[in-house]
Amino acid sequence: MNDDLELATIEPERYEFFESTPKWETSRRDFFQLVGTGVIVALLVKDTSAQPPGDRGGGRGGRGGTQEIGAWIHIGEDGVVTAYTGKVEIGQNIRTSLTQVVAEELSVPLSKIQMIMADTAKVPYDNGTFGSQTTPQMARMLRRNAAATREVLLDLAAEVGKLDRTKLAVADGKVTGPNGVSFEYGKLTAGKKLMKVVANNPPTKPAGKWTVAGTSVPKVDGRLYVTGKHEYASDVRRPGMVFGKMLRPPSYGAKLVSVNTKDAEAMPGVRVVHSGDFIGVVAPTAFAADAAVNAIKAEWQTVPQISGKDLFKHLKEKAGQGGGGRGGRGGRGGRGGAPANPAAVEAALKRADKTVKGSFTIAYIAHFPLEPRAAVAEWEGNKLTVWTGTQAPFRVRGDVANAAGVPAENVRVIVPDMGSGYGGKHQCEAANEAARLSKVVGKPVKVVWTREEEFTWAYFRPAGVIDVTAGVKADGTLTAWDFHNYNSGGSAIQTPYAISNAITAFHGTDSPLRQGSYRGLAATANHFARESTMDDLAHAVGMNPLPFRLKNLKNDRLRAVLEAATKQFGWGTKPAPGRGVGLALGTEKGSYVATCAEVEIDKVANDVRVVRAVTAFECGAILNPDHLKNQVEGATIQGLGGALFEQVEFADGKILNADLTGYRVPRFKDAPLLETVLLDRKDIPSAGAGETPIVGIAPAVGNAIFQATGIRIRSMPMVPNGLPG
Amino acid sequence: MPTVQSLHVNGDRKAVDADGDRSLLSVLRDDLGLCGAKYGCGEGNCGACTVIVGGQRVRSCITRMSTVGTKPVRTIEGLATGDKLHPVQEAFLETCAMQCAYCTSGMIMSAVGLLEEKPHPSRDEIVKGMNGNVCRCGTYNRIVLAVEKAAGAMKGGAR
Repeated sequence: MNDDLELATIEPERYEFFESTPKWETSRRDFFQLVGTGVIVALLVKDTSAQPPGDRGGGRGGRGGTQEIGAWIHIGEDGVVTAYTGKVEIGQNIRTSLTQVVAEELSVPLSKIQMIMADTAKVPYDNGTFGSQTTPQMARMLRRNAAATREVLLDLAAEVGKLDRTKLAVADGKVTGPNGVSFEYGKLTAGKKLMKVVANNPPTKPAGKWTVAGTSVPKVDGRLYVTGKHEYASDVRRPGMVFGKMLRPPSYGAKLVSVNTKDAEAMPGVRVVHSGDFIGVVAPTAFAADAAVNAIKAEWQTVPQISGKDLFKHLKEKAGQGGGGRGGRGGRGGRGGAPANPAAVEAALKRADKTVKGSFTIAYIAHFPLEPRAAVAEWEGNKLTVWTGTQAPFRVRGDVANAAGVPAENVRVIVPDMGSGYGGKHQCEAANEAARLSKVVGKPVKVVWTREEEFTWAYFRPAGVIDVTAGVKADGTLTAWDFHNYNSGGSAIQTPYAISNAITAFHGTDSPLRQGSYRGLAATANHFARESTMDDLAHAVGMNPLPFRLKNLKNDRLRAVLEAATKQFGWGTKPAPGRGVGLALGTEKGSYVATCAEVEIDKVANDVRVVRAVTAFECGAILNPDHLKNQVEGATIQGLGGALFEQVEFADGKILNADLTGYRVPRFKDAPLLETVLLDRKDIPSAGAGETPIVGIAPAVGNAIFQATGIRIRSMPMVPNGLPG
Repeated sequence: MPTVQSLHVNGDRKAVDADGDRSLLSVLRDDLGLCGAKYGCGEGNCGACTVIVGGQRVRSCITRMSTVGTKPVRTIEGLATGDKLHPVQEAFLETCAMQCAYCTSGMIMSAVGLLEEKPHPSRDEIVKGMNGNVCRCGTYNRIVLAVEKAAGAMKGGAR
């Protein structure tokens, strides 16, 4: 691995909505204004975040070769260690895992560490919390940062005590030396204003020697949540705060013809803010704001829109046009792999003993973060503070600054640990709305999107069509692979199986609905199509799906998770009557997953219930086994929704199921028995785990349905209205 | 619509001045600063806003102020006794039955209500009794385990 830490680059289909990304401009003096006295150690990292490779969509202009602060740590005279990072806690429990990493290298109790996260006035620039990058990037940075801080403390102790530095060590928040000499960290840092900026690689503990990292430390601030005391962005209240609400068009693309706001303006305490297409109200209560918006009389001219019934035809027809849809930039092509040779693939298909062919469809689905978009904006002169829930606070800062017409330096975005995102909160329109409303009315304004607004005006996981043709020899050797993805995206599009003749292509097209990132991106869709096809191939040559995969799989890490999952599951045991079993495997973001599922077919209701799912997962050295298990379980449940029944229905520019009655999400009754096998590879650097465990469940369930019924379902969701036929 | 002038919350009588058509959720959050109950769907379908009114679990987002009257309202803020957590709160911590935890207040209040109705629920009864609450992070099995643990710790004694 490169010595210089590289910040996350934006993946081809990681949809980004913003151009403006001002950097952190805190000077040394500013540091101590923030913290008073003590010792600060800041970590310089090579900035590659600004340079997406030229052939990738998205991203920003190059600032290549520069260095910038990636993280910093302060130790005050009370011995409290404070680590600053731009990452956001979304429920993936990084506040805890990053605390563990700092505790490990600095040898301080967890209770003496606090993490300042995602406050743009205090933390280094960060391009956002997505792409499973916190563990491989930020945990690594903080580990180095904490180790460098430890070295500074050792230097200080040697100097203060006039001791041989090589005889000193750290333990339990102290530097200790010969003859019982010891210095508490707080004593070493008291009264100082010492700042060190480091770019070197101090020694860090190998994973095999971890005592705090690598253990199942409970959520560090769990008590705040079980007592209801944690303040999410939607809970923030400010003195004199009023409530804002926007007028929305009746359908996508509708143009405002005329508007009459008189009745709304006549309501007590209500102010209407109208500037071009921006029409909103503020009122003393959210109830009054609702009533005021409802009192606005607006006439709209609708514009024809593609409806759901024509979606898949449209995506294929428009292939090659547009870059992946409205609002975001699509990716282009799969990564890696040998140059495709269509003639060779065609010839290989002709030579194959058996071929299978399938066209898969993938519906739009909604993130449905339980906390909708929310923001509170407060102005003080021409300075603006916004509390909001977003995965990309610095991007939102730039966007809010643009919306409010002030320089980015005047805007502070604070992201309280948030009510989830799943890739759905790379931006936050509510922040722009609150900022603009607040600027006009001169009071702090809160805007919380309704569930209907969230379903209608946020963005969706891309829909898609995936066409696969594959060939196999009678002995089960894969020989030909032709895989075309329309609109879903390029993540994990390359097959991990050994195939000599393969074409794998992503085709950008025109997306009728606004689409963007989602947990795992298109890795879910691509794995669904690939692993369903693998089962069809096994079936075509009369092989069991497990030995068929092993025969074509060279990757040891994939083989290991497949073997672990099937062992735990008891693969090979005949399922009970009316039940079926299936398996699937996959890799993305440097982690590896295999899932086995058992389904029960309810013949009366013509429906499917997943009764058991076993997932084996490997992401290198594990930082927190219980939280990792929680992520794997959660991803499996979320993946079940998209596998079985979640889909956005739309027609004529309207979302037809923009509520929880119409849009079904997994509930207690849908949760199968879950078993998780974690493979801890202490010899391999930790990869992220928030996304990849989602990719196996859909194809495993599809394969289980096929085994039980002989029906191959090539749509996600598979059974929105029960089994087909 | 007449206004509602008082609300009995967590053992206290609170003065309010709220339109009777407003939701209990908005008054708890916006007027009284009790933000533990959350807005999730606004249609009584996700359970993030669950509180206990007159001993019954209700969806406060669709409960109008005019229907609350003098019935006592219990929210997550009133559950612990000083520093001592309710057994359901303890059990959620022990099992880490949360990720983003936005659903947690509603889950805990729903579980407290369930255990008051049914002190020894079977696993199926927990699943059925909690099915109206959504955890989008998917921690359902941990929550079931937490409710089982809490039931064991409470030994049938409601609090």
